[in-house]
Amino acid sequence: MGSRSSHAALIPDADSLRRETGFSQASLLRLYHRFRALDTNKKGYLSRMDLQQIGALAVNPLGDRIIDSFFPDGSLQVDFPDFVRVLAHFRPADDEDAGLRDPREPEPLNSRMNKLRFAFQLYDLDRDGKISRHEMLQVLRLMVGVQVTEEQLESIAERTVQEADEDGDGAVSFLEFAKEEEENGSGRQLVVSTTVCLKTQLPGRFLVLVISVWNYWKLLGIITTTAFIIVL
Amino acid sequence: MGFQVFVAFGPWNLLLLLVALECSEASSDLNESTNSTTRHEPNVQFAAASSEPDENIPVFVLDYDYVQIPYEVTLWILLASLAKIGFHLYRRLPGLMPESCLLIIVGALVGAIIFGTDHKSPPVMDSSIYFLYLLPPIVLESGYFMPTRPFFENIGSILWWAGLGALINAFGIGLSLYLICQIKAFGLSDVNLLQNLLFGSLISAVDPVAVLAVFEEARVNEPLYMMIFGEALLNDGISVVLYNILIAFTKMHKFEDIEPVDILAGCARFVIVGVGGVFFGIIFGFISAFITRFTQNISAIEPLIVFMFSYLSYLVAETLYLSGILAITACAVTMKKYVEENVSQTSYTTIKYFMKMLSSVSETLIFIFMGVSTVGKNHEWNWAFICFTLVFCQVWRAISVFALFYVSNQFRTSPFSIKDQCIIFYSGVRGAGSFSLAFLLPLSLFPRKKMFVTATLVVIYFTVFIQGITIGPLVRYLDVKKTNKKESINEELHIRLMDHLKAGIEDVCGQWSHYQVRDKFKKFDHRYLRKILIRKNLPKSSIVSLYKKLEMKQAIEMVETGILSSTAFSVPQLAQRIQGTKRLSPEDVESMRDLLTHNMYQVRQRTLSYNKYNLKPQTSEKQAKEILIRRQNTLRESMRKGHSLPWGEPAGAKNIRYLSFPYGHPQPASRHRRVAEFTDNDSSDSELPSIMFKEHSQRDLPQERYPTQEIIPMKSLYRGRKPTNFRYQRNTSQEEHVGQGRRAALRPKPLFRAVDEEYESGEESAEEASAIGPGWPPEHRPSREHHKSHSPLLRRK
Repeated sequence: MGSRSSHAALIPDADSLRRETGFSQASLLRLYHRFRALDTNKKGYLSRMDLQQIGALAVNPLGDRIIDSFFPDGSLQVDFPDFVRVLAHFRPADDEDAGLRDPREPEPLNSRMNKLRFAFQLYDLDRDGKISRHEMLQVLRLMVGVQVTEEQLESIAERTVQEADEDGDGAVSFLEFAKEEEENGSGRQLVVSTTVCLKTQLPGRFLVLVISVWNYWKLLGIITTTAFIIVL
Repeated sequence: MGFQVFVAFGPWNLLLLLVALECSEASSDLNESTNSTTRHEPNVQFAAASSEPDENIPVFVLDYDYVQIPYEVTLWILLASLAKIGFHLYRRLPGLMPESCLLIIVGALVGAIIFGTDHKSPPVMDSSIYFLYLLPPIVLESGYFMPTRPFFENIGSILWWAGLGALINAFGIGLSLYLICQIKAFGLSDVNLLQNLLFGSLISAVDPVAVLAVFEEARVNEPLYMMIFGEALLNDGISVVLYNILIAFTKMHKFEDIEPVDILAGCARFVIVGVGGVFFGIIFGFISAFITRFTQNISAIEPLIVFMFSYLSYLVAETLYLSGILAITACAVTMKKYVEENVSQTSYTTIKYFMKMLSSVSETLIFIFMGVSTVGKNHEWNWAFICFTLVFCQVWRAISVFALFYVSNQFRTSPFSIKDQCIIFYSGVRGAGSFSLAFLLPLSLFPRKKMFVTATLVVIYFTVFIQGITIGPLVRYLDVKKTNKKESINEELHIRLMDHLKAGIEDVCGQWSHYQVRDKFKKFDHRYLRKILIRKNLPKSSIVSLYKKLEMKQAIEMVETGILSSTAFSVPQLAQRIQGTKRLSPEDVESMRDLLTHNMYQVRQRTLSYNKYNLKPQTSEKQAKEILIRRQNTLRESMRKGHSLPWGEPAGAKNIRYLSFPYGHPQPASRHRRVAEFTDNDSSDSELPSIMFKEHSQRDLPQERYPTQEIIPMKSLYRGRKPTNFRYQRNTSQEEHVGQGRRAALRPKPLFRAVDEEYESGEESAEEASAIGPGWPPEHRPSREHHKSHSPLLRRK
């Protein structure tokens, strides 16, 4: 663990990142290790390819869109601060200090609205601030297996937009989207624990301790057991 | 609904009953008749045969005794299988109760019949049969199907809980029952401490596998699932070791007193038996993995090697007085990883199915033994003992759960909530294991064996029926997030999207690989083990091995079924869209939601769905294939276009429009006619006035169409491809409306062009002119295209 914390110095302007994203030192460190692990050629940034090589992401129906959300505005690389900023959306939202927060400060990345905005831009391909029926259809296509026919998909997309569309423009704006999510509460679930699991090493150490204690007994045990077996 | 239940289930029950009756009656009749004859007749016959050689050979002889045991066993298994079929025919029943309930009921039924007909030879299970033949398959199966990764991530907690939990339960129950036995009024004073401890050890063997099915359906969190799985896996081993040691103690106690040093030796032996078993298991696992490295030419024996080595590890460990159960578990866990990469796909499937089959047969047999011995005279009902056993089982489980998890929560990053602990407490379902151990108690050492068996049976029945049936509702009740249901498709869609997003981000964060020990093992594994154990020609990375699993044939099948369900493209749809807002009836919305829930991709799970009694079709693998194929197409497309994001720039949206039918775009009449000509089946269907979304009509279509699609020979597909090809080259500008809105659901249209360029430019341009043949609708093309497009992704690595 001692060797790990020395890596903290490697992270470029760790302090400001920590303030901005709200990650703890340990989490940041872990994410940094992950970043380095993903960065195959030690380029110092991640390319699209690096992310595409994550096996589980490849079979995620939204994999491409998730990857794309790391690369805003058509950039081809993401450096560590940006990487962390994207992930910061998924920190648990801290409700308690919502009222106390300085209104001049920008909204923290992990606020409910920002979480929703993140999800919204997964739908909103052309970034016009609206989910058209067409965009909805594309999302559906990504997520629904081949058993469903195109018509079914289309009418589902139609219906989905209709449900959320309040001003009747045939598309879902962010506000409408947020309202919809408010009702079913799925935005609140958008929390991924990225906390560092340093603590989990302890049971292992504990086991080692137990085993080493047992070792003394074992010597005695082996002798007695052999005697025991012979007696049997 | 109630009526339907009876209609659906009634006949089955009746049938089963009939079968059961007939079997047992037949067998008992035969048995009686042969019993009487076999006593003296063989001698007579034999004597007769020797004295009078010219006697005729009997034309018809009934020799039931010869086949009796396998015959009856076969009938029982068949009966249980039929019962299972009936059980699953009615869909809601499996959700209501675990399958072990059914097996026990069937067993009790058989038992009742055997008892009623006064069968002469009730089935017996003796110690060697159980330990040598019935137990290993069950353990092997659960070891082999263990999700390795989450298991080792939680290994600390699992060992802590499964190991210490079993011990606490065993000793707790044993000691407190001993205290109860000291009370004179209950008439139990002849049960001594050792016997009580032994009983405690056998009754603490929980078998919570039935609970896992409930968990999976309710989607409980992963660590919780792994806790229960780990307990199911290790608990048997620990209880059996304890049981054997205590049996040894009891035997010893008969002749001499037990001294403290013996107890110490017993403890030491407990450790050695466990550790030694695991050690042997790992060694045999590596050996069998190493051997499968060389089997590429005779893949038929691959399953055999896997099974024989697992069994060998069990036997060797047992020979050395080590724990065979832990050995076979460790063997399965060790070899699984390497064997799966070495063996062929068919062997892999065979292994999986055969393992399920063996374990299911074993367990069915045990449950039937259990049912048979439930009904009968060999019971001793002691209210005090039985009630206190039941109470102590629950109390000690509660104590062990809350105490142990309190401790392990101090070390965990994501502690188990009180809710989780309650669920774990409630999942203490006893099963076949405890019964067998109780049934196998040697009568000479345990005068009150009957009472032990009765108490065990009561505990099993109580936990399996009452807890097993109520745990589903309990988990669902505790699962608060499912409380507020709103009738909305949005919800359905968004929640799933959020889940996928979460899973994706988790993967980006790489939450799983943070153990130093694990990392070290991984390095070691990569550097040495894999080189030794895995065939040379295999690619290294796990994603590549996943691709490897996606056999071309299956992928083609997948695409073809995709075609089947997605042929019709509809003109009415167009009209309907133009007319804009349409009101859908609530039933339609309901059916849409249904459709979505059943067809949306599942969020990837690290714990593969596990069911002790059945091997589910691997939906996750199939899903992975679909996603990969789709994704690969978009990837290729983006690479072809020279920039890597199909996103952001406005053209991207347009390009993906491949999928949709171009509404309002002027249709070239000829093109339309052409498509209509070849898909006239479809268009006639789709011109039905059913503008409303009707699920059932949609469902029916593919089946109707199936035969005609089926008989299209591969060649004609090849041939049929060309005209469309031609079309592409000529009017690429019109590619938006070539009319395969349907087909395109599978792949982006520009890809077609990409494939054309890449593979077909030089290939058959001469043929092109001559290919006037039947212009098959373009829907069929992808099946061939897939041959080619399968590999590029592999190359990507």
